[in-house]
Amino acid sequence: MIPLTAPFTEETIRQLKVGDEVAITGVVFTGRDAVHKYLHEGGELPPGVNLRDGLIYHCGPVMMKEPDGSWRCTAAGPTTSIREEPYQAHIIGAFGVRGVIGKGGMGERTLAACREHGCVYLHGVGGAAQVLAECVRKVRNVYFLEKFGSPEAIWELEVENFPAVVTMDSHGGSLHREVYAASQAALSARLETPAGA
Amino acid sequence: MSALLDSLVELIRRTSAEIPDDVNAALVRSLEEERQGTIAASALKIIERNIELAKRKSQPICQDTGSIIFYVDVPVGYDQIAFEEVARAAVTAATRKGYLRQNSVDSITGANDGTNVGPGSPVVHFHQHRSPEVAARLVLKGGGCENVGAQYSLPLEKLHANRDLDGCRRVILDAVLQAQGKGCGPGILGVCLGGDRATGYEFSKQQFLRRLDDRNPDPRLDALEQDILKTANELGIGPMGFGGKTTLLGVKICAANRLPASFFVSVSYMCWAYRRQGVTLGADSAITGWLY
Repeated sequence: MIPLTAPFTEETIRQLKVGDEVAITGVVFTGRDAVHKYLHEGGELPPGVNLRDGLIYHCGPVMMKEPDGSWRCTAAGPTTSIREEPYQAHIIGAFGVRGVIGKGGMGERTLAACREHGCVYLHGVGGAAQVLAECVRKVRNVYFLEKFGSPEAIWELEVENFPAVVTMDSHGGSLHREVYAASQAALSARLETPAGA
Repeated sequence: MSALLDSLVELIRRTSAEIPDDVNAALVRSLEEERQGTIAASALKIIERNIELAKRKSQPICQDTGSIIFYVDVPVGYDQIAFEEVARAAVTAATRKGYLRQNSVDSITGANDGTNVGPGSPVVHFHQHRSPEVAARLVLKGGGCENVGAQYSLPLEKLHANRDLDGCRRVILDAVLQAQGKGCGPGILGVCLGGDRATGYEFSKQQFLRRLDDRNPDPRLDALEQDILKTANELGIGPMGFGGKTTLLGVKICAANRLPASFFVSVSYMCWAYRRQGVTLGADSAITGWLY
């Protein structure tokens, strides 16, 4: 496990390679479908949200409000990232994002933006909402809660040793592209076999 | 009706927080098969720890608590309207308790009122039977796996899929290839051969009520299930699409009659966080037993 502490320098991010297992510590902002569309359409980040050299996490957590008005994160795994493919490259460039946390991987436009701007895609374990919620040490703030609803809001989280795997790096490497190509070839080979042969 | 409310809230809690034994056993086996030190094995270890934590803390296994789908077997004369009203109240109560995420959005306005109740949510399928017993099953199906479901119309030339079982096999395996890790594998397929577009998907989802370790009573479908499972696990997609040996944990296939003009193959994908539970209810609506 490579420890990674946000915010990052470009140099730190450029050292990461596909297949590296990392443990992330620092501030993370969640943002998913509604936030990506909003930013892509020219919307501004609310005061207090700064993505520069930081992390955006594709996540719609379960949050419980405590009697003192604070928030407790009770489930916080990644959501499927490919839905943000139309927006992600623009957001990486425009807001200076150094790491995108999600699951399932992203496409060629995001991969190109990672290479151009010095950013990586960090794959969390989909469905592992409890293990990942335990890594959330504190819910610092929430933005756009009324506007987008709880799962789609921007949650500002402090995480510690959040486990992820680099599956798209800043040098054009993508585990998703590799696995797709290999599995497609394996399937073609099996389908060419005549039935019963 | 408060006993029924309590029973359904408990059904929702346990479905959201606890993986059924048959699924857990399959996940444990898959971890044993992955090569140690790979990122696939790391992912499965996190999954195992997550299952244990969710159960201990009574919190959702996955933050996407999914589409809420009830399947209810009821005796003749049972008040289905009252059941559905209580089911809606139970969903709202379970959401307040944090067993369910505020997960239901108005498709026209984008508003989320935080109750999980609205048009189409929850879904309740009733089925009458000649037993005095009420059996309520619940499936919580997340959006990531729902998004990789696919419906094919045969023939499909680009996949060389004709209107026969070989054509069905080709499109089902294509669905696995296209899903990669996006549906949170290792996954489980529910498939319906035939039917119309709506019943095809509906029946494909009903396959998720079967236990993972059962066998299809129809030998032709059983052979297809075993073949798809074996072939999919030779593709190297692996847990989370990281590469590895376990791409699927199970394949369940049914067939429905079709029109001469139509041949749909409907594939639903269930993530490893396979949330499915069921209860039997006594005359007082208290829980008398668990079905999985």
